[in-house]
Amino acid sequence: MTVGVWEAFVLIVRRELCLSFRRPEQLLQPLVFFLIVTTLFPLGLSLQLSLLRDISPGVLWTAALLSSLLSLDSLFKSDADDGTLEQLCLSSQGLTVIVVAKTCAHWLVSGAALVIVSPIVATALGIPVAAFATMMLSLALGTVTLSWLGAIGAGLTIGLRRGNVLLSLIVLPLATPLLIFGAAATERAISGSSTAGALYFLASLCVFTCTLAPLAATAALRITLE
Amino acid sequence: MNSAPEGLRIEKVHVWRGERHVLKGLSLEVQPRELLHVSGPNGTGKTTLLRVASGLLRPEQGTVSWMGRSISSSPGQYQAVMAYCAHEPALKNDLTALENLRFAVGLKRRVTLQELHTVLDCTGVGSIADLPTRVLSAGQRRRVALARVLAMRATLWLLDEPYSNLDASGTELISGLLQAHVEGGGAAVVVAHHALTLDCNVRRLELNS
Repeated sequence: MTVGVWEAFVLIVRRELCLSFRRPEQLLQPLVFFLIVTTLFPLGLSLQLSLLRDISPGVLWTAALLSSLLSLDSLFKSDADDGTLEQLCLSSQGLTVIVVAKTCAHWLVSGAALVIVSPIVATALGIPVAAFATMMLSLALGTVTLSWLGAIGAGLTIGLRRGNVLLSLIVLPLATPLLIFGAAATERAISGSSTAGALYFLASLCVFTCTLAPLAATAALRITLE
Repeated sequence: MNSAPEGLRIEKVHVWRGERHVLKGLSLEVQPRELLHVSGPNGTGKTTLLRVASGLLRPEQGTVSWMGRSISSSPGQYQAVMAYCAHEPALKNDLTALENLRFAVGLKRRVTLQELHTVLDCTGVGSIADLPTRVLSAGQRRRVALARVLAMRATLWLLDEPYSNLDASGTELISGLLQAHVEGGGAAVVVAHHALTLDCNVRRLELNS
């Protein structure tokens, strides 16, 4: 009658999605932030499309990183505050399954949603439609990596009162390679040159965090729970 | 004391919380069909003892074993037979009572909705199963948390102040549940401030500072 790892994973993901959709404002806040920040740039700058196109990859990626940070804080903290994290830890499922499932669910409601709305932002920034596919792929790879980096930071900062500030300070420096290669991929897609190099880098970072970050995040969580 | 490797055994456990030496070489044993009632003034380490027994807190010194095996060597197996209920009911406010139970119990064992409805009825909160726990009273939340313990079908119950926030019928309900659990071969460690009047094998442990 014991519950398998896969079953437990699916159950936790469903739990997280269910909780997210009960609080639509938490779901929408990062997305609206992303939309607003990126649309402020074309409004604030002179209406030169060439200038906008030059800075748009950087703007897009900076806004994406910052908006992802908004939702990271709640990854483990809300469960730790109401005691349900303890119940999860004692659920006879390994802590790693819980961390992986929660992070995947977090990506679905934050990262994936960001990728989906990114064409709207790209249109406002004057990014040509031909570059959308590369931009979305790079954002998908980047947000997965960021969710994993964030899981480590969120695990470490659960018990702290102003944890969200520290969380940003931990995660943002680690995320700079994402910004560099993500923006490079988007920029090259806009100018029509080869994007393979930057995308490969993003993909390798993604694989690297997908394999090692679960271990690090689990260890971080274990330290703070004791 | 019985030396057969049954039940929960805590041996010479030392725990420090910061500078405070909370548990000083505490040893205890709880056999199946036995209830250990832990009492004592505030701050003497009752909750810490339960957290150590649950495996949430690792003692700096000493061992905790279940059926003769250290709980840290096979935490998954131990957790499968143990139900811990902290002082807070540990419910998600945005989920209904039923959903809370489904997600918490579902990770331990396969459970049907019918079973969950039955345990919620059993603890007197069947009629509010589909309300978000945000709108429930403290006593009702406590009852939902107890339903979770019940639904886990664990051999060992670790309950931290299960009587708090409960009315007379709730107090009676818990006493009945504890008695049935112990008589059915289960073991329990219960932290409570008042005397337990149960017709089963109850031992008392008084913690002092």
